[in-house]
Amino acid sequence: MHELSISSAIVDTAIRHADGRRVASVALRVGALRQVVPESLEFYFGIVGRDTLCEGAELEVEVVGAWMTCDFCGCEWDPAPEPVAAHAALDPSAGVPTFRCPGCELAGARVVRGDELEVDSIEVAEPLAVAPES
Amino acid sequence: MHRTKIRVAEDALDANQTIANANRHDFDHAGVAVVNMMSAPGAGKTTLLERGLADLEGVRAGVLEGDVQGTMDADRIAAIHVPVVQLNTDSGFGGECHLDANMVRSALADLPLDDLDLLVIENVGNLVCPAEFKVGEDARIMVASVAEGEDKPLKYPLMFRACELVVVNKLDLLPHVEFDLDRFLANIDAVNPGVRTMLVSATTGRGVDEWREWLTEVPERIRATA
Repeated sequence: MHELSISSAIVDTAIRHADGRRVASVALRVGALRQVVPESLEFYFGIVGRDTLCEGAELEVEVVGAWMTCDFCGCEWDPAPEPVAAHAALDPSAGVPTFRCPGCELAGARVVRGDELEVDSIEVAEPLAVAPES
Repeated sequence: MHRTKIRVAEDALDANQTIANANRHDFDHAGVAVVNMMSAPGAGKTTLLERGLADLEGVRAGVLEGDVQGTMDADRIAAIHVPVVQLNTDSGFGGECHLDANMVRSALADLPLDDLDLLVIENVGNLVCPAEFKVGEDARIMVASVAEGEDKPLKYPLMFRACELVVVNKLDLLPHVEFDLDRFLANIDAVNPGVRTMLVSATTGRGVDEWREWLTEVPERIRATA
């Protein structure tokens, strides 16, 4: 469901920057920590964009992998859990991410990448400066 | 027709953040500390507020209730003589599954902000969307009940990461549900290392003193960091 809310925000942002022109595409950067499903986002984007300048626009989603850093020991790592093998699904430690520093085990690590939810750019359709003779 | 590329480089939720900042400004101006309380539906937010805010000494508290429909929660809060405003997201907001900054802004005029030290915003029950939308709060907390399962921090890390306090409620149900409390606390720590947790049963009263103490201390703590 939050893809619906986010789609509305994307459409609003794109229209605000389109300055009355039709939006042909929207390039979006989404961090892995935002728990956004790109397919779901594209689906809702199509619906929310109806009857707006974004109608029929393409949504290009770039997923930005997560990256953490620890200011205490300088450790850098990807907090995503290891992919869970089917047979390991009952292992309680499966699917546990690492937001605590794996080096010094202290809390307070910073997210360097992975929190993005950014409209990077849009493409607008504009009539040619000189209309061709018909 | 030809296409022109326009660089935007803007957070998609910027518009919400701008309104959240305006709310925050108004809250600060009125001297009220604001807590955004989130959880899944039925985790016990309203019951915790009833237990937590009734006859709270030294703190003038108010509540903003967010629900898709109905005034049941606001009626319960009004019954403990705490000023409350009900915000329904189905009326004019399209039945949204969360509160956003604009909805909260629309309710500000109905709240006696100048007469409050603490405002608790009870968000719509949902473990996903509310985490995305800041409303101008000073603190974000969540309630998780033992009936929901110990894997929830792993499934909804965005929510668990957004909070400074996780109230673990319905401890009285532990003998009746399959719930590994240690595993749950470890999962919370894995996604939000060092976050404060509080073990509570709003029904039996276990941990309620600690909860009331937390609520009592919020305004002073927020003023100290402002």
